[in-house]
Amino acid sequence: MSAWILLSVVVACTVLGDLLSSFEMKRHGEVQEFHPRGWGRLLATLATKKFLLLSVFFMAISFFAFIKLVETADLSFAVPASAATIVFETILARLILKESVDARRWWGVCLVALGVILLAE
Amino acid sequence: MPPAHLQWKTRLFAAIVILSNTLGNFFIARGMRGLEVPADSALHMVRAIFTPWVALGIALLILWLLSRMVLLSWADLSYVLPVTSLGYVANALMGHFFLGEHITLQRWSGTLLIVAGTVLVGMGSHTQARRENP
Repeated sequence: MSAWILLSVVVACTVLGDLLSSFEMKRHGEVQEFHPRGWGRLLATLATKKFLLLSVFFMAISFFAFIKLVETADLSFAVPASAATIVFETILARLILKESVDARRWWGVCLVALGVILLAE
Repeated sequence: MPPAHLQWKTRLFAAIVILSNTLGNFFIARGMRGLEVPADSALHMVRAIFTPWVALGIALLILWLLSRMVLLSWADLSYVLPVTSLGYVANALMGHFFLGEHITLQRWSGTLLIVAGTVLVGMGSHTQARRENP
């Protein structure tokens, strides 16, 4: 399978997974329990969150596409190229999650996009 | 400014996220390239994830996933993603120095632009740790 198809699957599924997990974890609120017993309780609670489970599903697809990708493509290409997720996710974090993204961050996002384009050549 | 405990936690978890991602990807790439049979079918893929290097990489990526979820519970996604993307650059360096990958000038330029973008996004992010629970 072409490296580009695999990379597209990795990027699309990562974007979906990140948006869903950020949305659900924000609804859950800041995690403040760090003792092992608390982690068990936290995982049990998180396992009931449907958007988080959906997020894990997308991340799993992304993961299998990724390990297939690095079997043949350079790690120094595959991993930085997947930074394309930053561009899509920042745009969607602003549009869907209503996060505030200032001008400096937008310039940063533009540079990342340019960097990914250079990697693609 | 965010509360001190959130600044400390944000930095610690960002470091864990970056390190676990970089080492996890490296071990998976190393393992996948050393497979006796290419992972061309679902069965071979399942077999591949139980080989030692790939399994170690997966364990580190599980740590990455959990630590990032925890970080996302208080920090903005638009902060977490660019900052932890330093891991992309670390991955490129691992590929170059430990997997013998040849990286062209153009690829280094792209990688450095990603670093520059990352720094711009992270500089003076007063919203990086934005709130405490009510």
